[in-house]
Amino acid sequence: MASLKDIKRKVGAVQKTKQITRAMNMVAASKFKAAQLRMENFRPYAGKFMDVLNSVALRVDSMAHPLLAVRDPKKIRVICMTADRGLCGGFNTNLIKATERFMRDKRIEGKDVAVINVGRKGRDYFRKKANVITQRVDIFGKFDMTLAVAISDDVITPFIDAEYDELYLIYNQFVNVSVQRPTVVRLFPLPSIGQNVDVDSENRQDYEYEPSDEILLQKLLPMYVHVLVFRALLETSAGENGARMASMDNATKNCEDLISSLTLKMNKARQAAITAELMDIVGGTEALAKG
Amino acid sequence: MSDELILEIVTPEKMAFTGGIEEVTIPGTEGEFGVLRGHEAFLTSVDIGELNFTKDGKKTYYAINTGYAEVTAHKVTVLIETAERSDSIDKDRAQRAKENAEARLAQVAKDDFEFERNRLALIRAITRIRVAEK
Repeated sequence: MASLKDIKRKVGAVQKTKQITRAMNMVAASKFKAAQLRMENFRPYAGKFMDVLNSVALRVDSMAHPLLAVRDPKKIRVICMTADRGLCGGFNTNLIKATERFMRDKRIEGKDVAVINVGRKGRDYFRKKANVITQRVDIFGKFDMTLAVAISDDVITPFIDAEYDELYLIYNQFVNVSVQRPTVVRLFPLPSIGQNVDVDSENRQDYEYEPSDEILLQKLLPMYVHVLVFRALLETSAGENGARMASMDNATKNCEDLISSLTLKMNKARQAAITAELMDIVGGTEALAKG
Repeated sequence: MSDELILEIVTPEKMAFTGGIEEVTIPGTEGEFGVLRGHEAFLTSVDIGELNFTKDGKKTYYAINTGYAEVTAHKVTVLIETAERSDSIDKDRAQRAKENAEARLAQVAKDDFEFERNRLALIRAITRIRVAEK
């Protein structure tokens, strides 16, 4: 049995760990709130943007934009969007696994697959395991729309130049604080827009277009990519902090359990020591009385 | 007031502005244009530049990034990737961004795709400085 001193030291160590996990939980909670607010603030922008994009796309007959070009998909690129930091449960691992699975399936079909890393954790994993085109790490601390624009710019030009044929974005869709679902979205060629949309004739506005609607659509499509990427970034940031909140909460609870079981052990050990001492004293006095 | 024009400036981060105004000037890709109440409905793309509107006789200036503007008789919706009001612009940062962009532009060839990116960065920085001085 461990000595009293050892157990005491262990309790101290676990208590320190508990302090850290609890602090991390609180930091993650406040970051999560901020990220959630940003997601809410983004909603009107995304909603309005989609309305206009759809209404323009409906009026344009020829959807002949280079970002919509369907080619025989020989070369495939995958954006793997993970968080920069760990200690958030299975958040990054699940996403990396999903990416691995997706890439393996495509490779079995005989495609050439390369990966674009967004976020440090994915970079660390794929660094030696896959053909990495570009990477962006340490970005989630502070980011805005310009990051989404930069990520998009990295992929738009090579696609238009036909350097590759399909682009997929894999990220953790934010369902709620404790559920983040790895999701695969095809970015290029952009899935057709404006179809499957019931246009509410009352809300539909007939506009003059300046420049012409075709040119306008060409301006809007890259913005659409920015919107998709930015949304993924926001959801990743919210999901990461949500996952960290949950996992740090768990860790804190585990620490508490550990502390209470260790304290029990410690008390038993102390009791045993006291009993042993008493026995000694009683034994000693009896011996003296006899003598 | 029923005869005012509603302006909404929407960015990914927030509703930068929403409210009734008298007049707004927007940097469209086909040239700058002004909108008063009762304007014909139209939709246009918007470039990097200066947006300003008049409310209660006072002008407010914004440095904005690409997007589009949707105009109807009573309402103007400007949807852009960034919008900074003149008094919230960090002029020193804009100045540094301008110098950086200029330095990089001098290094890359004209047909490089980095060139376009830096050119846009330079325009953005110049616009921010100009708007900040309003």
